[in-house]
Formats: sequence, structure tokens, C-alpha cells
Amino acid sequence: MKNNKYLSYFTNGIIKENPVLRLMLGTCPTLAVTTAAINGIGMGAAATLVLIGSNLVISLLRNVIPDKVRIPAYITIIAGFVTVVQMLVKAFLPSIDASLGIYLPLIVVNCIILGRAEMFASKNSVLPSVLDGLGMGIGFTATLTLMGAIREIIGAGTIFSLPVTVNFIDPMIVMLLPPGGFFVFGVLVAVSNKLATIKGKEPVNCTGCGDCPMKDSCTKESEVAADVQ
Amino acid sequence: MFSNVIPILLAGLLTENMILSKFLGICPFLGTSKKIDTAFSMSVAVTLVMIIATAVTYPLYAYVLTPLGLQYLQTLLFILVIAAIVQLLEITLKKYIKSLYQALGIYLPLITTNCAVLGITMLNFTKGYNYFDSLINALAAGLGFMLAMVIFAGVRERLDRSDIPEFLKGLPITLIAAAIVSLSFLGFAGIGG
Repeated sequence: MKNNKYLSYFTNGIIKENPVLRLMLGTCPTLAVTTAAINGIGMGAAATLVLIGSNLVISLLRNVIPDKVRIPAYITIIAGFVTVVQMLVKAFLPSIDASLGIYLPLIVVNCIILGRAEMFASKNSVLPSVLDGLGMGIGFTATLTLMGAIREIIGAGTIFSLPVTVNFIDPMIVMLLPPGGFFVFGVLVAVSNKLATIKGKEPVNCTGCGDCPMKDSCTKESEVAADVQ
Repeated sequence: MFSNVIPILLAGLLTENMILSKFLGICPFLGTSKKIDTAFSMSVAVTLVMIIATAVTYPLYAYVLTPLGLQYLQTLLFILVIAAIVQLLEITLKKYIKSLYQALGIYLPLITTNCAVLGITMLNFTKGYNYFDSLINALAAGLGFMLAMVIFAGVRERLDRSDIPEFLKGLPITLIAAAIVSLSFLGFAGIGG
């Protein structure tokens, strides 16, 4: 029974609460780096490492960090891990570093990581937090790789740089360009919504911060509204 | 000194639009583009923070981190500086410019974790701009953000009244509409090159 609980922390992020398709977190890197399947894996792996590290440290420090300054504290911890990952990627995988470019340091503002810190790691003990980070990271990686693969097959006729359809179908280069990113993501969200409704769940509906899991911590919208009046 | 201004402005507005070609700031793009006036206020706030963030982070990187050989602290330093700037800006506006605070107040805290702001401060260095060019670039990126937001808000106001297939309702059709808007921006490729 206990094992099942831990297993569910891990599997939650992969399908049921897939960060990209169900929670609508981390849309910027999802759209930006998925011009090839391998970039999806690179970005996903980098984010997963950061996610595991930050979840681990934040859950260890959850009783130490004062509530009022928790968001700056989380951001600092996350930025530290991002810097570590950035240096590792630069040293060992320079080609991935070149294709991810500025989006690698931008993991620091990826809402998946701050979102999981706020929603999960700050409330749970170490092992569940690490498992949650791992599961969410795998869910993120899988979605990015899927999207990268779709765009690469249609846009370049290859997958992981191996030729698939390039010899008999002219690739549609537009799929590798920004409009293709929006389009493929739109179709993926439509498919995932359809599957969710079949299972009797609500389709995702992003109203920006209204649906963001950390809106209370970052918006302070109600507070401002009260000030204004 | 001024010869770069027009190419940078054109790139920021059209060819290298923050949202539609660099995919930075997608959350506010999807979240606050339902009405034209919210889209406009949000973009004004983003532009303001982008310019101030660039004005502060550029000298910090060039005159503090680089001489000390600490360039790898860029990410950590920039995000903290941006978070502090947003807080300070919010407090200042609240105290001294009440009307502006009422218009932009609720958007400011959201901007801390907006990747467009952090993105622009870093892009200035990858592009090798000097201080003046960086400020122009921040302004151009902000205006480009505004252009995309306002155009897309107009598209979305129309979308609300259209007959959309059930499974595309909500987010999917918004993303596909964004794809079409982004496609139209591709037409500008090559301008100012």
C-alpha cells in the first residue's frame, strides 16, 4: 500500500497531471525548443535535473524558510540549480547548449519548477518531493519529445536526424518555424482535451494566471484590488 | 551611435517579435489577451520593466560580473535583480503615481517570472549590443510584445463570437489562431535585415 502511494507521486506527473498538457505550465520552452526531437529530450532532461534538485532542497528547507520570503528563496534555489545544469551542459553537451541557447538559463522562470516547489515540495517530505520532481520531469520530457518528433517528421522528414519521409515527401518547413509550434501545440492540446473529456475530466482552459497554481503567491491580485478601492 | 536604432526597432517589432517568433512571454500572451485594454496595460507594464531591467542588469554584468570573472552567475543575479526591481517599481508607483498603479498594479507582480523580461536582458549580451543599443532593444521588444498582444486580443474578441468545433473550443483554437497570426508575421522576414 505504502509503495503504491509513492508510485502515484511518481506517475502523477506523467499522464494524469502532465505539466504541459494538463497543468499548462512551461509553455514557452515547449513551443520554442521543439524543432527537433533531440532538443525536446535535452530541454526535458535539463529541466528534470533542476526540478529534482530544487524539489529536494526546498522540501528539506520547508520548515526553515519563512513564509513571507518563500518565493524569492525558491527562485534563488532554482537559479542555483539552473546555473549548475547550465555549466554541465556547456561542458559536456555543447551541441545541445547551442540549440537550446537562451532557453536553457530561462528554465529558472519555467513555471513548472516554481509551481511544483509551491504546490508540492513546500508541503511534502523529501522522498515524495523527489519522486514528484522526477515524474513531472519525465512528463515534461515526454511531451517535449513528442512535440519535437511531430515537428521534425513533418517539418524536416527526419526523426532524431534519421531520414523517415524526407525521401518521398517534401518536408513542410513551416512546421519548424514559429507558426508550426503554435499549430502543433494547439492540436496536441485539442487531442489531450478530447481524451480527458472521454475520461470524464474537464478540458484545460488557460486563463493565464487565473488558472496558474501559484497565482496566490505571485499575483496578489486581491490585495491590489483592495488597495485600489 | 544611432545607425542601429531602426534595424533594432524593426527586428523587435516584426521579424524577431518576442512572442510570435521567440516564444517568450507566452503565459501573459495567452492569459491576458482576452480584451484589448487588459492586453494593452499588461504590455505597457512589461515594456516598462524590460527597459528598467536592462538599464540595471547591463552595467551589473559588464562592470561587476565580467571583471570578476563571474559570468556564470548571470542567471542567478538577473532574476533576483528583476524581482527586486518589480517590487520597487510597485511600491514607488503605489506611493507616487496612484493612477498608473491602478492601471498597471495587478500586472506588475506577474512580470517577475515572465520569461520575456529575463530573456531580453540576456539576449542583449548574446547579440553583443552596447548599453545604448540594449536599451533600444528592450524598448523594441516591449513594443513588439505590445503589438502582438493587441493584435491577438482583437483576434480573440472575434473568436469569442465564432462557431468553433466543440473539441477545439478554448485553448486549442486560441493556439491555432496564434499560429495564423504568427504566420502573418513571417511575411516580414528580411525587413531591416
